[in-house]
Amino acid sequence: MAGDDSYKGYRGEALAVLKSFGAMVWSDVEIKTSRGAYTGIILPRSETADPHHVVIKLRSGYNIGLLARSIEAVAITGRKEAHYKIPEKEFPFDPGKPKVKLLGTGGTIASRLDYRTGAVIPAFSPGELYGSVPELADICNLETEKLFGVFSENMGPEQYIATAKAIGREIEKGVQGVVIGHGTDTMHHTSAILSFMVQDSPVPIVMVGSQRSSDRPSSDAALNLMHSVKTAAESDIAEVMICMFGPTSDTYGLLHRGTRVRKMHSSYRSTFRTIGDIPIAMVSRDKITPLRQDYKRRRADRSVKIDTSFEERVSIVYYYPNMKPDIIDSLIDNGYRGIVIAGTGLGHVNKPLYPALARCREKGIAVYMTVQTLWGYVQMYVYDTGRDMMELGVIPAANMLPEVAYVKLAWALGRTTDLEEVRKIMLTPIAGEITEREPSNGYLIFQGGIPEVEEFISTIKK
Amino acid sequence: MSEYQFNFKPFAEMTDADYAEVGFRSGLEIHQQLLTEKKLFCRCPAGRYSDKYDAEILRHMRPTLSELGEYDGTALMEFKTKKEIIYRINRETVCTYEMDDTPPFMIDEHALDIALGVAMLYGLYLVDELHIARKQYLDGSIPTGFQRTTIVGVNGWIPYKDRRITIIQLGLEEDACREVSDVGHRRTYLTDRLGMPLIETVTGPDMRTPQEVAEVAQICRRLVRSTGDVRTGIGAAREDVNVSVRGGTRVEIKGVPRIPRIPLLTYHEAMRQWNLLRLRDELHGRGVMPETFKAETEDVTRLLQKTSYQPIRDALDSGLVAGCVVLHGFRDLLNWQTQPNTRFSREISDRVRVVACLTKLPNIVHSDSSSETLSSAEWLAVRKAVKATEDDTLVLVWGGREDVKTGTQEIAIRAREAATGIPSETRQALRDGTNGFERILPGPDRMYPDTDLPPKQVTEERLETIRRRLPAPIWTRESWYREIGVPADIVEPLAASRLAGLFEVLVKDWKISPVAASAALVQFRKRLKKKGLDVRRLDEDSLRWIFALFRDKKISRDGVLAFMETVSRGGPLPQAGEIRPASEVEVYAQVQASSAALRSIKIHNPDKKAHALMGLVMTALRGRVEGASIVERVRVAAEEKC
Repeated sequence: MAGDDSYKGYRGEALAVLKSFGAMVWSDVEIKTSRGAYTGIILPRSETADPHHVVIKLRSGYNIGLLARSIEAVAITGRKEAHYKIPEKEFPFDPGKPKVKLLGTGGTIASRLDYRTGAVIPAFSPGELYGSVPELADICNLETEKLFGVFSENMGPEQYIATAKAIGREIEKGVQGVVIGHGTDTMHHTSAILSFMVQDSPVPIVMVGSQRSSDRPSSDAALNLMHSVKTAAESDIAEVMICMFGPTSDTYGLLHRGTRVRKMHSSYRSTFRTIGDIPIAMVSRDKITPLRQDYKRRRADRSVKIDTSFEERVSIVYYYPNMKPDIIDSLIDNGYRGIVIAGTGLGHVNKPLYPALARCREKGIAVYMTVQTLWGYVQMYVYDTGRDMMELGVIPAANMLPEVAYVKLAWALGRTTDLEEVRKIMLTPIAGEITEREPSNGYLIFQGGIPEVEEFISTIKK
Repeated sequence: MSEYQFNFKPFAEMTDADYAEVGFRSGLEIHQQLLTEKKLFCRCPAGRYSDKYDAEILRHMRPTLSELGEYDGTALMEFKTKKEIIYRINRETVCTYEMDDTPPFMIDEHALDIALGVAMLYGLYLVDELHIARKQYLDGSIPTGFQRTTIVGVNGWIPYKDRRITIIQLGLEEDACREVSDVGHRRTYLTDRLGMPLIETVTGPDMRTPQEVAEVAQICRRLVRSTGDVRTGIGAAREDVNVSVRGGTRVEIKGVPRIPRIPLLTYHEAMRQWNLLRLRDELHGRGVMPETFKAETEDVTRLLQKTSYQPIRDALDSGLVAGCVVLHGFRDLLNWQTQPNTRFSREISDRVRVVACLTKLPNIVHSDSSSETLSSAEWLAVRKAVKATEDDTLVLVWGGREDVKTGTQEIAIRAREAATGIPSETRQALRDGTNGFERILPGPDRMYPDTDLPPKQVTEERLETIRRRLPAPIWTRESWYREIGVPADIVEPLAASRLAGLFEVLVKDWKISPVAASAALVQFRKRLKKKGLDVRRLDEDSLRWIFALFRDKKISRDGVLAFMETVSRGGPLPQAGEIRPASEVEVYAQVQASSAALRSIKIHNPDKKAHALMGLVMTALRGRVEGASIVERVRVAAEEKC
């Protein structure tokens, strides 16, 4: 309704004051309050901000808030409405370049600022992307499709299934690679489930996001986009991968296998790390450098297996000392069919949980053990505790990451109700989620303070 | 033509009327670091500087759109330069916030209190709700690509001469990195200063001569220092000076570290603008208008393959290229004087250096130049190849292919601007008082709301608390000092002193004479500092203790100095109860004793004897007697004992 937009975002006291002066947003005004006199343009207010202040943009470009009840007079001298638009230029077509499809799910990979809410809105059409990151046209012919616009924490089975199906469609149409824009928080959940739902892809499937939205000059979005599009267009790695910064510097990205990767820092650019193994490759603007050879190669055909099974009644239980059995019991009572436990050390929980675990077995609930250490394998033979638990039907899930085991169990239970069949699916690696061996360089946490590490970070830009 | 007839005289000969003739206008942006324990948006320690670093990171900057949908001019310029930015990081002073790998923490409350206090001293209208903004800087001086900044107050003024100087606004913001080097496509910064809280005070363009600019800067400096809440020392206060002349454009001279340098800098900038306006007239006279301006670019690498001009020779030998720009109708104009010993060609060279990253000088040569560059035959060949006439000027630039492309474009851009007038620029202050191009002047389009921090309400209670402990503005106090007879040379330093509050108590409540109190607080302090003593030990409590003895007539003025010295040396002080004025008997006995002691000292000049004896007596009595009252007695004693 036009009437609402006239005072966009204002409510309560501030709205009443603005209305009493007929001062709508975008009005150029001179405002007199009990503290002084101010000149500027009335801006829309963030809907989550308090109802007591009016925001104006001063001539200098700064915004300030004025207490609504202190406003004594408003003189309206004009109106200046902002039109925020990313320069849209037609994405050039080059018949000699590969075709890449960018599927959007939301997140801040390429975005612009919404002055009303202060939030960022994704820039997404090929024209908008070309306007922001013209370098993309040097790599490929880009097509885009917005599947949905959700923050990554709101991704779920519905979105997983739609994305898997969309990938299948694009592969059948003959694209040379697929890029999926995604929020970073749960990107590794999605990369894991897509690794199971989309199997034997002939082309790279590259997930990408950004840790700094592209409305910032120092954003990692543009470089991540270039890296991911280059990977999709040119690499011979036909797997589901996550492509994000290697170091915090603007130098290269890493291609992580979709089932062995995890977001490890709440805000760093180089937040994604391959766990218990090494990444598949490094990617810079100039080249893709494989770090290993055991990846699935690109093929010329267009065949791919899509299986979008998903059982929603699966949960992760993060064990803590003194956990009571009621946590497990409540899952049983609520009809859950699968539980992944992130246990301590080699995969342990305390004795008081045993009766609840026994109940799981009786009720036919699949229970799998992973480790909260993230690195390393579950090994339940070493201590009695482990052997006791296996007696109770808890199945060790090798070195599968807890989140990966969670989505895989949901996928497996979606395919069959036969627990023996589920066990077979769970323990047979499909996309590197369980590895037979852990290389010595698969566990490297550079610990600050140690002389050789300090020497390394002072000479190699990280 | 006639409008720009006036010719700039040497700096010393310029009069106020001359500045009025050229329509000199200037305003200040004063940056002052605040004395806080922590940085503004993280919890790193403030004010610790070191060139040592533990790590380096590398970033690039990309321009983004403003809230109003515009790209900023500076942003686009910086993007053209394609710099690699290296940040040196010392883990003691920098955390992941400054690296732009962690979102901001809440604003430092102490810094905000100081900023609000200063805003009150300027009589600014305070803001009810602070909105943190991001002010874009694409030169890399801040790793985020923007400075977090917020307006605290607007529309104030300070009295100056018989008029008011407007204070447009006062902002609270984080400081930027220190530049280490800028060579080719790589710029390196130290990050220790990054994130330090500072206030930016912006005056109106109200100053009419270069001297006025410096005087107003001094007033503002003393005003903020009077709070005792700001940092002092090298780099703690830096001025940006805006200058324009009639018909000119606002140009900003950035980062002037010392106020006494301002007059010459602003004079030279006014001269530069004036001379550029005269150049524009000359161009228009020749029929070169912005819309008729013509320039062509040619690759002249092959033509110059055999040149003996060393800079080009070296470049071509190492596989680089050379380009030529033909500026139609510009003959001799690259020699047009802009500043002393500075020609218009320098404006072009600066742009090429900054925008095309061709940082090794010389980076251009031109056909107007009288110094030896290409041979006449080579110039002729180039002139022929690019089909230039006698009326045209040729500018050559050499380097990597991409850089030469940017460079030739930039040469044409700057030359065309000469037909328009004066480009809006940020210029750097040079040692000799002239200035050089730094970047295009940014506009309001580079302001974005900071989505990481919520607006912050400034409550009336908070303001009241700050107001209660704020000194009166210096100009109010200065006129009061003059009224009550504070010596003229002490008025200004006293007003800017942290002890101004104590002075008021001493005079108003303790009824101590303004002369005695001000001399002790300013001059005695200075004297002790000169002796190399630690006057920071003289805090308000110890000064109150000393002045209480003076008020109760237990010690003399000399005693005040003596005890101030004791405190500066680190004590110990006697019990206040044990101190009383010296009795007649005591004075007599001391004069006798000191005279006896004096005999063992050889003094050649008999006139100095009384002085020496006085010193001995006063030291022994520790100021418990007024020197003037015993002068006569000491003189007699000194003569007697000859």
